[in-house]
Amino acid sequence: MDHANTIKDIIAKYPVQRGVIIQILQDVHGRYNYLPKEALDEVAKQLSLPVAKVYSIATFYKAFSLKERGKIIIKVCKGTACHIRGAELICNELENILGVKAGGTTPDMKYTVEEVNCVGTCAMAPVIVIDDKYHGSMKPEKVRKLVTK
Amino acid sequence: MRFSNTKDLGTRIESAKAARQKVKRRLLVCAGTGCIANGSLEIADALQKELDARGVKLNVELSLKKTGCHGFCEHGPLVTFHPEEIFYQRVNAKDAAEIVEKTVLKGEVIDRLLYTDPTTKQKVTKYFDIPFYAKQQRVVLANCGQIDPAAIDDYFAVGGYSALKKVLEEKNPEGVISAVEEAGLRGRGGGGFTTGKKWRICRGQTSDKKYLICNGDEGDPGAFMDRSIMEGDPHAVLEGMMIGAYAIGANEGVIYVRHEYPLAVKHLEKAIADARACGILGENILGSNFSFDVSISRGGGAFVCGEETALLNSVMGETGEPRPRPPYPAVEGLWGKPTIINNVETLANVPTIINKGAKWFNGLGFKNSHGTKVFSLVGKVRNTGLVEVPMGATLRDIIFGIGGGILNDRPFKAVQTGGPSGGCIPASALDLPIDYETLTENGSMMGSGGMIVMDDRTCMVDVAKYFIKFLMGESCGKCVPCREGLRQMSYILENITEGKGKPEDIERIRELSVGILNGSLCALGQTAVNPVLSTLKYFENEYHAHIKDHKCPGGVCKPLITYGITDKCTGCTVCARACPVNCISGEKKKLHLIDQKKCTKCGACFSSCRFDAIEVK
Repeated sequence: MDHANTIKDIIAKYPVQRGVIIQILQDVHGRYNYLPKEALDEVAKQLSLPVAKVYSIATFYKAFSLKERGKIIIKVCKGTACHIRGAELICNELENILGVKAGGTTPDMKYTVEEVNCVGTCAMAPVIVIDDKYHGSMKPEKVRKLVTK
Repeated sequence: MRFSNTKDLGTRIESAKAARQKVKRRLLVCAGTGCIANGSLEIADALQKELDARGVKLNVELSLKKTGCHGFCEHGPLVTFHPEEIFYQRVNAKDAAEIVEKTVLKGEVIDRLLYTDPTTKQKVTKYFDIPFYAKQQRVVLANCGQIDPAAIDDYFAVGGYSALKKVLEEKNPEGVISAVEEAGLRGRGGGGFTTGKKWRICRGQTSDKKYLICNGDEGDPGAFMDRSIMEGDPHAVLEGMMIGAYAIGANEGVIYVRHEYPLAVKHLEKAIADARACGILGENILGSNFSFDVSISRGGGAFVCGEETALLNSVMGETGEPRPRPPYPAVEGLWGKPTIINNVETLANVPTIINKGAKWFNGLGFKNSHGTKVFSLVGKVRNTGLVEVPMGATLRDIIFGIGGGILNDRPFKAVQTGGPSGGCIPASALDLPIDYETLTENGSMMGSGGMIVMDDRTCMVDVAKYFIKFLMGESCGKCVPCREGLRQMSYILENITEGKGKPEDIERIRELSVGILNGSLCALGQTAVNPVLSTLKYFENEYHAHIKDHKCPGGVCKPLITYGITDKCTGCTVCARACPVNCISGEKKKLHLIDQKKCTKCGACFSSCRFDAIEVK
């Protein structure tokens, strides 16, 4: 993969100023579905920043994953409303079905399960988000149907 | 269309208002994140198709619009029909034909889609007759659910940007600040600092450049009012920013939005582009000397970035670590220049204050808390959603009046307010008025307005553990007492919930709390112990039950509970089929039994049983 050109295109979308690095990394993350090492090196090179600086940002913010993620991302909301209404049970059920804990990816690289702090749809708690589609009022058996479908 | 002066804008606002009045019938589909999740976009498409199929044209008299969030997300997708104010809930795309046929064409009401009042069991036809809405006073949320957030004309039609017009025509910056001060508006994001005072400090700074930042990093888990406002009424946020910028003398603005809110980003981007095209945003706004433009900065997902100095670092492309104050951002903020950071809801209040007057706003509320506050009423409550009430309403008004009481008629145990910095308030405090000071006096805080209701099946030690773990994960790590203290506290709480707690643990928690509170730089650490201290204050007996009796009274902590089946069991076999480890046995129509050795305590049987026959001990 030609990282240099991909990253050049992303950087070109932003004004040349300090501060845009988080936005750039978000676009890089969106492009690769995670932040590959080579891409981070390339970002550092093209922005003339130390690699350590880019890594400090990539590791500080929750939005970024340094590990390759599965094709389908399942986010389990762990906000307070979801927690009270049984988000833990949903996580356990996903672990039972997919065999991976939150933060993990199935060996076939199909699913990644992530815990997120709050997706802001608390009225439909507990909520999971599968590839940006929200599913509310989850129950263990509903998760099973949804994922095994 | 580009307005070259405020008069042109005024003419446009008036013509948009007149056009809106001409529309005799409006079919509105909620397109907030919640309703979209339940398929509201498909419903809007289906309605359009059904209208087309019948040759019904959308014209000046009939409109079909996708609006922002109505707040009653649990009952979504929502479709409303005006002027009759018919309120349909849990609508499906398959209902589209019937809605067009009966309601749009004949004005008939479809009973099946109406809301049923859980107390009276009566069907309710009209929007504002539903207790959830009837007891609210919507000021900030007034436009959410009523207009198309992607259409600037819709905002004009409800008088949008008339506050900006008024400010540019009639008020100097000093006048704006005085009005906001007189109104008594306080920050809606947590601290409750007086907005006008903050603006005045910034205005007093001499600098070639000033910034105004809208803090949309709604990090409090359980709160989603800012998302709904940004999604459902983005122009109100922009207008508030413009008025604020005019007052302090800023010409650049930034909206910092969580990356988890893609729809909010989309609507804000559209609003900014439309406002620019109209000459409302940019150089020499409406022909005046005032120039102001806004950009969006997507947050990277860090709770601490809600803290203003951490947010500034994040906007500047650094890690979101707070720094000591003073200097306050109003003196030295973004790129070292004077900067005002206001929360979304705070800014959305500003146009209304200008339009309706400071006196009107000041008259709403209680003691030193003026205006209204939006709360996200969630958890174990019947009607969950966004509610807006005047400050000073009681917790009982909200939870039992608007919220309709506790889910499944279980007993109320506590309500958590203020997010991870707040605390749990017990039943004895239900009749206290909600204002900044009363909540703080009772061990909690206003925060951004999350209100998580808990019933008897909630474990307070587990809740404390939840918040401490959350904050442990979100601590930026700069201050050792916060970074390490929370970790130690989390270990202790983990032990207690696993039945390994020791009696001296409670004292140790209290000691640690003092260290974390005094040794942390920012509000994250300073308030981190609130959830633990407030649960200890009101529910210490639950800690003792875990430590001494090895019991979890809430039936939540797995190592301390067992699931059993009572004689209420009808032998319907649903639980046996739901059990993922096949540990439930029993014949049809006979009492079932759980094999405790195989049970993983996943709770699938409990949530699947329709006869309340599964008990947790």
